Amino acid sequence: MSQYLLSTYAGDSKVRTPMTPEETQTFMERITALESEMKASGTFVFTGRLHDPDAATVVRSQDGDLVMTDGPFAESKEHIAGFYIINAGDLDAALAWAGKVVDAINHPIEVTPFFEMPGA
Amino acid sequence: MFREVYGQAVATLVRVFGDITLAEDAVQDAFVVASDRWLNDGIPPNPAGWIITTARNRAIDGLRRSARGRELDEQLGAVAGTSHGPGAEDWGEDEPVSDDQLRLIFTCCHPALRTEHQVALTLRLLGGLSVDEVARSFLVSESAMAKRLVRAKYKIKAAKIPYRVPAEADLPERLRSVLSVVYLIYNTGVDDPERASLRGEAVRLARALVELMPDEPEAAGLLALMLLSESRVPARTAESALVLLRDQDRTKWDRTMIEEGQAIVRACVRRDRPGPLQLQAAIQAVHCDADSFEATDWPQIVDLYDHLFSVMPTPVVALNRAIAVGETEGPGAALTALNAIAPDLDNYHLMHAARGTTLRRLGQRDAAKTAYERAARLAVTEADRRFLAQQIEELAGDDVQPDRRSASGGSHRSGR
Repeated sequence: MSQYLLSTYAGDSKVRTPMTPEETQTFMERITALESEMKASGTFVFTGRLHDPDAATVVRSQDGDLVMTDGPFAESKEHIAGFYIINAGDLDAALAWAGKVVDAINHPIEVTPFFEMPGA
Repeated sequence: MFREVYGQAVATLVRVFGDITLAEDAVQDAFVVASDRWLNDGIPPNPAGWIITTARNRAIDGLRRSARGRELDEQLGAVAGTSHGPGAEDWGEDEPVSDDQLRLIFTCCHPALRTEHQVALTLRLLGGLSVDEVARSFLVSESAMAKRLVRAKYKIKAAKIPYRVPAEADLPERLRSVLSVVYLIYNTGVDDPERASLRGEAVRLARALVELMPDEPEAAGLLALMLLSESRVPARTAESALVLLRDQDRTKWDRTMIEEGQAIVRACVRRDRPGPLQLQAAIQAVHCDADSFEATDWPQIVDLYDHLFSVMPTPVVALNRAIAVGETEGPGAALTALNAIAPDLDNYHLMHAARGTTLRRLGQRDAAKTAYERAARLAVTEADRRFLAQQIEELAGDDVQPDRRSASGGSHRSGR
């Protein structure tokens, strides 16, 4: 069994139109249904939703000191907005789950395999 | 023979070891041993089996020498025998398993891989072409192609792209991707003498697919399409310039290929599960049936294009249909149809070439010249450019009277 990161990207938050309460309601129902399906099949490992990159801080070592900078590491138009970590037998299985996430959130999903630790 | 055995052996060893690079290295090693041994003892009755057995044994020896291999060996001890005992040699000769090749082609053409990687992997692993041969086919350096292959294999391994024939539900779509890779390989070899061997390679791959998946009519359709198009190759060029279907010397067509292709098309018609490749093959079969351009059954060709457009509504299909309409309804109707699709195909040389020919038939010499010139700027192959230069030259000598022939003039570019 391998693990895959299913991540979704968001662009500039200013262009996003907020969902109506009804839309939020059905969206949440779809997510809940998807996650229970993931859990029932032993697929689910972890999920998270991230704040905008404005909330990020970068910590780095500089001449032996730790230095912090405000903002994300990479300045880009898109940033990871949320992710799932899933168990899947192979890429086809992971892609099938990614398809279900796409249907639920109506947003593209990037599927990246986790590095497998030897002996793990 | 080398390429075929290479493909069979790699496919089987990928199943055995679950690792493409390991399988390739082992097969290459085995060929080095073979070049020595076969020279003295002669070619064994079952070369593929010999290569597979030798490659398997050498790969296991190699694994045993590495730390990871010793670990693996302990786990596999019971199966693989003891490290230094007689073990592996006693297994007898392995047989190539045709399903292995089928599994491997689905891995190579997995939609999670970009098209150029699918094509490169298929040619390298199943076609048995060397890295340098694949590189030359795609006009890139050997080191660039080697990098491309390494990246593709890295993704297969890291992301665990499976090595299996897809489940029934996914099969039609996944097979489409395999067939389109094979057809792309064929088309890469069209009109380019340097890359002509790719066409033979594509036909060989399609034959293997038909044998492996006898119930898939589109695989048969692809084989027929390529055979029928290949049958006309001897008549397609003269003095390095393209010769249009209407001007081809039909006695130069390869009758054996035509008969085989037409027999497949007839079998597809009986099976009655049409698809885009079978319909394209049927169109080619109608062309190959005619003793002359004028004797072509154009109404049937237009019907087939209508059917094709209903399952594959692309601008290129619409272009070919428009050209066929020029033969049934005349150049005026063809021009109307061409103008409708022109914006979608503005960067496609064949659209401008078809407009040029149609405008010429209508006596619009200046507009025809502009269209041919545009086509020549967009053309990729030397044969196409030479052909277009000829057309521009001929225009100057044209009678200004429009061509009144309704069903015989012009050209048909789809039936190359």
